[in-house]
Amino acid sequence: MTILSPSAVSVNPWVGAAMLAAIVVASTTGEVLTAAAMKSIGDLDDIRAHSGMKGAIRAVLTCPLFFAGVSFLALAFFSLLFALNHLSLGLVAPASASLTVVTNAIAAKFFLHENVDKRRWTAAVLICIGVYFLVH
Amino acid sequence: MGQAKLSVGQWMILGLVAVCAPLGDACLSRGMAAMPQIDLAHPLSLIGAVFTPWIAGGIALLICFFASYLTALSWADLTFVLPATAFGNMIVELLSKFWLKEEVSLERWIGVLLITVGVGFVAQGPARTELPNNSVTAAVPMEEEKAR
Repeated sequence: MTILSPSAVSVNPWVGAAMLAAIVVASTTGEVLTAAAMKSIGDLDDIRAHSGMKGAIRAVLTCPLFFAGVSFLALAFFSLLFALNHLSLGLVAPASASLTVVTNAIAAKFFLHENVDKRRWTAAVLICIGVYFLVH
Repeated sequence: MGQAKLSVGQWMILGLVAVCAPLGDACLSRGMAAMPQIDLAHPLSLIGAVFTPWIAGGIALLICFFASYLTALSWADLTFVLPATAFGNMIVELLSKFWLKEEVSLERWIGVLLITVGVGFVAQGPARTELPNNSVTAAVPMEEEKAR
């Protein structure tokens, strides 16, 4: 069953696509910046062992990349709320959730230089289709 | 690629990532469903909602999720940690079926199966890509330098 907002039928398909793109881009940017922040900080378990919990929290809260990442994640959240106000939940939830899995893998390869091998690509595609089935 | 084996504690952190997010969302959903309708004219009633048991519990679980997620990202790749968050969807389906006794459709079981296979693929591989100038090993000196 799809849940339609009152204005759902009047949305231009390109505008709808732009809303979905905004969610996916903001979410992927937020995830990648947060991951980059945590990589630059280092292993939190080691930091906690040497400097205690306060040291670990300070290490995270003094990293500008972390705040940039959280800002984009917040932007993704509000983009989702905005899209839900104009599009059906049955479209927005599966499309954004499954697309984000793949865009994160692509962004992780090119921006974080992660070794996204065949195994991880296969997993990303399987999870993408799986999330679509679950949420749709 | 290095660090193929994770410690028991690190697997537990990934388990917390997978479990806390869906449980937190479920608690928030249950708490908000029990609240009277909130409109934009009375936004302060949202503050009162924060102190109800289900919503407070949901927020605590989501804080736990975010702390675990950040910890996991500090020693594992994003493409290794994200499947753990997807695994949470599977936990929700299993809870729906066996705890809440809800009907789970064939499509949803197919989704559960695909996610399980996908997570299995990633879990067999190494957790982290080792880069030439990886800062993980330099993390503690950096922290100590900040403390000075």
